[in-house]
Amino acid sequence: MSTPVDETVRLRIGSDADLSAVRLQVRAKAQAAGFGLVQQTKLVTAASELARNTLVHGGGGEMEMSEVAQAGVHGIKLAFTDSGPGIADVEQALADGYTSGNGLGMGLGGARRLVHHFDIDTRSQGTTVTIVSWATTPVDPRAVLR
Amino acid sequence: MSQIPVIPLGDVLFVSIQGELYDAVALSLQDDVTNAIQAHNARGVIIDISALDMVDSFLGRVLAEIAGCSRLLGADTVVTGMRPAVAITLVELGLTLPELRTARTVEDAALMLGVWVSSRTSRAAPVAVRQDEPEAMDGGSGTDGP
Repeated sequence: MSTPVDETVRLRIGSDADLSAVRLQVRAKAQAAGFGLVQQTKLVTAASELARNTLVHGGGGEMEMSEVAQAGVHGIKLAFTDSGPGIADVEQALADGYTSGNGLGMGLGGARRLVHHFDIDTRSQGTTVTIVSWATTPVDPRAVLR
Repeated sequence: MSQIPVIPLGDVLFVSIQGELYDAVALSLQDDVTNAIQAHNARGVIIDISALDMVDSFLGRVLAEIAGCSRLLGADTVVTGMRPAVAITLVELGLTLPELRTARTVEDAALMLGVWVSSRTSRAAPVAVRQDEPEAMDGGSGTDGP
C-alpha cells in the first residue's frame, strides 16, 4: 500500500488516559509529517473515535502508528487492534446512527469520512481497523492506494 | 486529571474546558453543571471550548446532553469559541449538533442569555451584570454605578 518511513510506535489502549495519549501522539506525529491544521484535527478525531471503539467495544487493545510515504507524499497509518468478539455486521456498524453502546453511533462511519483510506478486518477473535491519511490530498486519494 | 471548575457569574454558570479532556472528567462535568444549576438557580450556562483542539462524537454527545439536561432544569446552554478546524471535522463526522446553541465569544453568549458582560472588565475578570440594571446597558460605566 505504501512504504513505511520510520519505526512503528505501539500504544496500549486500556483506559481513558490512554485515549488521551493516543490523541497527543497522533497530533505530534501529524504535525511532524507536515499535516495542515484541519488534516491534523481530522486524523486526531478519527483516532479518538477508533481508540474509544477499541476500548469500549473491543475490551482494550493497541494502536500501531507509523509514517508512510507514497510518490513523495507523506502520510500516517494507524492500526487499531482489539481481541474482542468482532463486529457481527460491518455495514450496519458503519451506518450513521448505529450504536451498540451509548454513543451517537457516528464513531466508525464518521471516522471513515475523516481519512483517506479505511479498512476493517473483523473476526470472532478480534478486530483491526486500519486508516491512512495523507499530508497533501492527492487528486484522487483512493486511486493512489490501488 | 482534575475536575473542570463551574464558575457562577451572576445568573449564569461559566465553564472553560482546557486542554486534553479525559472521558471521566467530561462525564463528571455533566453532573457538576446540572448540580450547579440547581444550587445557584442559574438560568444560563456558558461553556467555552476555545482551548479544545478536538471534539469527537463522545464529547459532542456530552455537550449536547449538558445542554439538554440544563434545558429541562430551566437553563439555556451556549457553547462558545469552537475552533474552525474543529467545526469542519464535526460536520464531516456527521455531528452538526443542531440542538446546541453556539456563539463566537463568551460576550456574545452572555448577550444571547440576556446577561451583560462589560468588555472593559471581561478580559481580566469576567463580570456578569443583570440586564435590568440600567447603568450596565450604556456600554461603559460598568458596575461602578452613577
